[in-house]
Amino acid sequence: MKFSATWTIALRALRRNLLRTGLTMLGIIIGVAAVIAMVAIGTGAKAQVAESIEQMGQNMVMIISRAARSGRVHMGFGSGVSLTRQDYDAIRQEISGLAGASPEVRASAQVAAGNQNVNTTVYGVSEEYPAVRAWRLEGGSHFAEAEVRAAAKVAVLGQSVATNLFGGGDPVGQMIRIQHAPYEVIGVLRAKGANMMGRDQDDMVLVPWTSAMVRLTGENAFRAISVQAESAERIPEVVDQITALLRQRHRIPEGQEDDFIIRNMQDMLEMATSTAQTMTILLGAIAGVSLLVGGIGIMNIMLVSVTERTREIGVRMAVGARGGDILLQFLVEAVVLSIVGGIIGIGLGYATARAVSLKFGWNTLVSPESVVMAFAFSAVIGIFFGFYPARKAARLDPIEALRYE
Amino acid sequence: MDAQPVIHLEGVDKVYPSGEVAVHAVRNVTLSVAKGEFVAVMGASGSGKSTLMNLIGCLDRPTAGRYVLDGEEVGSLSKGALSRLRNQRLGFVFQGFNLLSRTSALENVELPLLYSPAGHGGRELRRRAHAALEQVNLADRAGHAPSQLSGGQQQRVAIARALVNQPALLLADEPTGNLDTRTSIEIMSIFQDLNRRGMTILMVTHEPDIARYCRREIVMRDGQIVSDRPVANRLDAADELARWHGVAMEERP
Repeated sequence: MKFSATWTIALRALRRNLLRTGLTMLGIIIGVAAVIAMVAIGTGAKAQVAESIEQMGQNMVMIISRAARSGRVHMGFGSGVSLTRQDYDAIRQEISGLAGASPEVRASAQVAAGNQNVNTTVYGVSEEYPAVRAWRLEGGSHFAEAEVRAAAKVAVLGQSVATNLFGGGDPVGQMIRIQHAPYEVIGVLRAKGANMMGRDQDDMVLVPWTSAMVRLTGENAFRAISVQAESAERIPEVVDQITALLRQRHRIPEGQEDDFIIRNMQDMLEMATSTAQTMTILLGAIAGVSLLVGGIGIMNIMLVSVTERTREIGVRMAVGARGGDILLQFLVEAVVLSIVGGIIGIGLGYATARAVSLKFGWNTLVSPESVVMAFAFSAVIGIFFGFYPARKAARLDPIEALRYE
Repeated sequence: MDAQPVIHLEGVDKVYPSGEVAVHAVRNVTLSVAKGEFVAVMGASGSGKSTLMNLIGCLDRPTAGRYVLDGEEVGSLSKGALSRLRNQRLGFVFQGFNLLSRTSALENVELPLLYSPAGHGGRELRRRAHAALEQVNLADRAGHAPSQLSGGQQQRVAIARALVNQPALLLADEPTGNLDTRTSIEIMSIFQDLNRRGMTILMVTHEPDIARYCRREIVMRDGQIVSDRPVANRLDAADELARWHGVAMEERP
């Protein structure tokens, strides 16, 4: 008997009861669609988290002064004043393996241009800030070292501020006022969008940290210092050096806590993506259970159908079907059910993922791996759950089967 | 007549091990059916005629004795070889028709071809199935499902299915058991027709009226053949049908 004949036989058998075929397939369709959609949502979330962390700068290490305490009240990270200009200078001079560094002071300020004015955050940073934070300029240029040293009144605008103050016009070369002091706009940053917390990262103005300290904060300390390591491999070394240096400079005795915190972007990335990965696995596993239930559904229907079709099997044997032919027929039926269900499920899962990203604005990513996996899994389910009923059918005695009522 | 018989049974026994006592369903049966014969097997229920039928139909193997079907020794064959034999040498007609529901007459007739080792293409399948349906005058109903056909028509589809692989022997198990008298005669007329063209037919029946359309009558009792003789006063189904037709005409007001 030719294999093509088995296909003909199995497909005809499936066609004879379309409702049963459809209902059996439904379990697999939903299972596969759930796996595809869930994994797509999980993978999308992971990609989004990774992207927003990478946006913060490659190989970046952030040193934040520990929270100041006022009595028992925790004032929040960066509110302390432990990071001084001298600390910054020492880091730049003594730490090896650095590609760049920038301190950070921050002040809320009113910024005006012409008759427009906005309340925004002004950051005092160094000439290396755009490199450290992987932030490119859209127009103009960032301030140079000389301008930092001279505490020059120059500013680089974030996209939101540029748009709010100048509409569509080019702000480069224009004058703005920050707390009534005039600054010249020398550059505009490229848009970065919202960060992970949903804060608009483009709603800010950069000025030389020297200028910010003198004119805006009036303090002598930084809330944070960002440094960029030359490579990801050098990050631990850089972190160790900085820790040792700052402890020594701050005269922290052995056994006492640091008065600063070092955040390493690589660790944050790993932590965040592993959280997202866990979510993906969890979602995928839940969906996988429904796929398994779908497979059991196939076995269930096939078992019922073996009993229901006992006479049919008897007739087939009487006209010359061997046990193997019957086995193959039922197996092919199960595999066709699960593979066709799998294909429909992949389509449905893809559509669900699309719908979710359109409706909720979530990133979703249908990975080819999940498609291949879901498809292979459904085929395996077909063979696995189809085999037992098929064997049961093949072992029927033709005489008994023909007599079966 | 060919020298080689289609069916040759020699001292065949069939014992079913059923609990403490073994059931001796067929005892020491010796039987030869030549090509072109039309045999009725009669007997009360429990007489062993169904078991004999299963043995001849290669659905079961004898416990002892020899069975040669169309020149092939059956006793030593494997299950797979028995299936092939059923497919190639035998055609089955059952009391309950046993057609696949929701499947067209044509596809029902194609069934044995799908299991045949030759492996015909789709067009050849349809051509052969159509030819078989023509033999039972049902070519015009090829696309109908069994539920759309009358009992007689369904049995004719089943006969076409039995014929489609050009078997050496047609086995019919109470083929008229579910049919009214007139339709039964129609079916017998088809059998007589096939027999006239050389088909060997073995038919199990418990109706003496139906056995009268055959050429040879075998009676079984307690697993043994107790009588084996040619049919006296053989009926011709075509004549009977014409008579029925006549009666129906007379009855009209």
